[in-house]
Amino acid sequence: MVETFEQISPADFFYRNRDIAGFTNPSRAIFSSVRELVENALDASDLHGVPPEVYIRLSQEDEGGEVFVLRVEDNGSGVPARHIPSAFGQVLFGSKYKLRQARGTFGLGGTMAILYGQITTHKPVYIASSTGTSRTYEYRLMIDIQRNRPIILDRKAHRNKTEWHGSAVEYSLEGDYFRAMPKILEYLKQTAMVTPYANITFVDPKGRLYRFTRVTTEMPPPPEETLPHPYGVDVETIQRLAKITNCKNMLDFMQKHFHRVGERTAQQFLKFAEISEKNNPRKLKPHQVVKLVRMMKKFDGFMRPDASCLSPLGEELLKAGILKELKPDFIAVCQRSPSAYAGHPFIVETAIAYGGEIPKEDDILVYRFANRIPLLYDEASDVTVRVIKSMNWRTYKVSADMPIAIVVHLCSTKVPYKTVGKEFIADRPEVRREILNGIREAARKLRRFLTRKEHVARERRRLSVFSKYLPKIAQFSTELAGKKETPDIETLLRSVRKFEEES
Amino acid sequence: MKKKVKSSAAEKRKEVLKGLRKMGRKLYGQMDKGKFPWIKMPSRSTQNIFYSPEVRQYILGDKRVRRSSRNIRHIRPLTQLVWAAYFARELAEQRKTSTLRDVYYSAQAYEVPFKDQPESNSIITDLETVMGLSREDFKVFPEERSAIFGDLTIEYTVPGYEGKRLNLMSHPDGVMIGPALTSAEFVKTSADMVIAIEKGGLFTRFIEEMVHKKFNALLVLTAGQAPRATRHFIHRLNKELDLPVHIFTDGDPWGMHIAMVIISGSANAAHLRELTTPDATWNGVWATDIVDYKLPSDALTDVDVKRLRDLRKDPRYEGELWRREIKKFLEIRKKAEQEAFSRYGLTYIVDEYLPAKLEMAD
Repeated sequence: MVETFEQISPADFFYRNRDIAGFTNPSRAIFSSVRELVENALDASDLHGVPPEVYIRLSQEDEGGEVFVLRVEDNGSGVPARHIPSAFGQVLFGSKYKLRQARGTFGLGGTMAILYGQITTHKPVYIASSTGTSRTYEYRLMIDIQRNRPIILDRKAHRNKTEWHGSAVEYSLEGDYFRAMPKILEYLKQTAMVTPYANITFVDPKGRLYRFTRVTTEMPPPPEETLPHPYGVDVETIQRLAKITNCKNMLDFMQKHFHRVGERTAQQFLKFAEISEKNNPRKLKPHQVVKLVRMMKKFDGFMRPDASCLSPLGEELLKAGILKELKPDFIAVCQRSPSAYAGHPFIVETAIAYGGEIPKEDDILVYRFANRIPLLYDEASDVTVRVIKSMNWRTYKVSADMPIAIVVHLCSTKVPYKTVGKEFIADRPEVRREILNGIREAARKLRRFLTRKEHVARERRRLSVFSKYLPKIAQFSTELAGKKETPDIETLLRSVRKFEEES
Repeated sequence: MKKKVKSSAAEKRKEVLKGLRKMGRKLYGQMDKGKFPWIKMPSRSTQNIFYSPEVRQYILGDKRVRRSSRNIRHIRPLTQLVWAAYFARELAEQRKTSTLRDVYYSAQAYEVPFKDQPESNSIITDLETVMGLSREDFKVFPEERSAIFGDLTIEYTVPGYEGKRLNLMSHPDGVMIGPALTSAEFVKTSADMVIAIEKGGLFTRFIEEMVHKKFNALLVLTAGQAPRATRHFIHRLNKELDLPVHIFTDGDPWGMHIAMVIISGSANAAHLRELTTPDATWNGVWATDIVDYKLPSDALTDVDVKRLRDLRKDPRYEGELWRREIKKFLEIRKKAEQEAFSRYGLTYIVDEYLPAKLEMAD
């Protein structure tokens, strides 16, 4: 018997392996669809520099059925007309292959969601988009799964009188909204928490309106594109770079294609790696590429990656978002200085919120974010949760029954996810240290707040004790002494009160 | 009537009222001068309790504690103490009696609640310490009751019975040593001695066998560890009527200690006087009796042995008799109850044992 080999397209691959992209079951699928499209919408707005307006509508195609229609609109940059079919109808096509912090990583999610819709309902997707030019475009597409190519069913152009820019996507999918509902609402709430400059509107299949209103129009500065850092590259990256480069020698090659490599560093490195400066990078042999990568990881003379390619939220925005969604009594935020693991820069932002509308749970509430995406699954495996569990909270005057929420936001050009599902962050020592220090810093502020609160409560209790008992002593003493009038104890009580104000 | 009555109940009442008024005036004066009221009293901490060979009981040392309403930790107990004084005055003025349990509940009516009974008891002890008087003087009585039988005529002072007399032989079960009896005056007696008995069964046997007649004795049932009212009553019988006191208990460390507390008092009552009868004697059941009378016995338990070793270190047990008996107990490792004499017939204890022991005491 002869085994047959066939090549499959990326679309076919994801069709066959939809589990790994988060489309395991009907409830998870509907959650993932909402999530992917919302993240694309927010990315488009961030890039465009306008405060996002995201509208999400989920409706049931027929009463009690399992088919839903999902529509997501944004006011982002829009997709140029000629890219629309590929952007929405071809897997692994997108604008996210450069090194820059963004919510999605592969340009896979949105198309994956559409692909899922097509394979469960066999209906086309509707797309409208404009980049703010004089026209808007409407497409009806299907995906040719075997060839990973869009099939255009219908295409229209309209005049864009309002100078609208953004995209609208609508398609049908099979799912179980009512089981997914808590997760979807939690996801939107947490997204609103780290995107306090966005208006997010959600109309669910029952016609219920959920609205998350922005509290600021200030947006974090958009991330800059960056070159890969030598510590972070692999053999494949070098081979691709060697193919496209127009550099004639290794000295130029090192300076042109890598992050923070100048002439001196390039010379020192090539000497260390025993590679001639004059070698032609386009003629690198496979074993030389492997050696190059290995030496890059060994060399300790490279500058640390800088964080201009990152876009942390910033302490003020993080604070605003948490105040808006959790309504706590107290909040402490902390942004750590940039750090790096394996050549990938990252920044950790932490916050601790206390009291107010935060529920009292047995455990501390944890909100995890990576590149402004809420992470909702596999909490127990996440490094943040491990860090929190490892800390001695009594040091910070925190006891088990306190209403406390901890927020950790990790932004990086490459978030160290443990699995393809992108649900929890791996335990990298560098990352772990930053998270730990960030939580500690916020916890120290919390301790100051709790100490003060305790003090105020103690003083209040003190005063109430005096004003409860002194009059009684006066009353009983008067009776015992056989006097008619009780002595004046107001002065005594005032002196206690005065003491309070001083302290 | 051998001796003139020394402490009449009416005088005691006056003393109580005077002391309480004095306390009230002091606190009132402090507040009137714009000061946080405070009270000073002897410390009852174990470091301040000493055994005094002169007084032959535990006494408090010189250490004093100051309880001030300026101190957040003191103000509540101070308030409770002042309330307890107020409550004691109400009792004295209305000539009512009360119990420790009553005190605990009464406080709730004045919104100075105690968190539990021990807290309430401890405040009453504070009041005793401050005033140098026992709670029975304030008419706060314990629940447990003991009894007396014999030829003693008393005169009541409690409301409704003033001037009424009673001979304590008038009821064959004995007369309860309650608030009314405690505050009664002694009128006359033909008795020559007091015999205190630990157990009710034996008390009844003694009455049946006419011990009070045969030995010309007043019989007192302590019903286990003697209540303070009973200890005070025995003290009065000894002091006011000049009667020698003989104590019969079970033959074990616990019985021995019942006798000791009647004789020398307890560390808990170091702040009080007139609860002890230092001249009283413990006449049995001794460890040596177990051997001499070949009494049916039980083996000492570990707890019994530990108790004996503790007692050996106790300053109250320094007398020759006590040392000898503790040593004997530890040697024979046996204990016997008073009822053990029934082995030789129900009347043996009265016919043989008691006369022998009383003779030995003389």
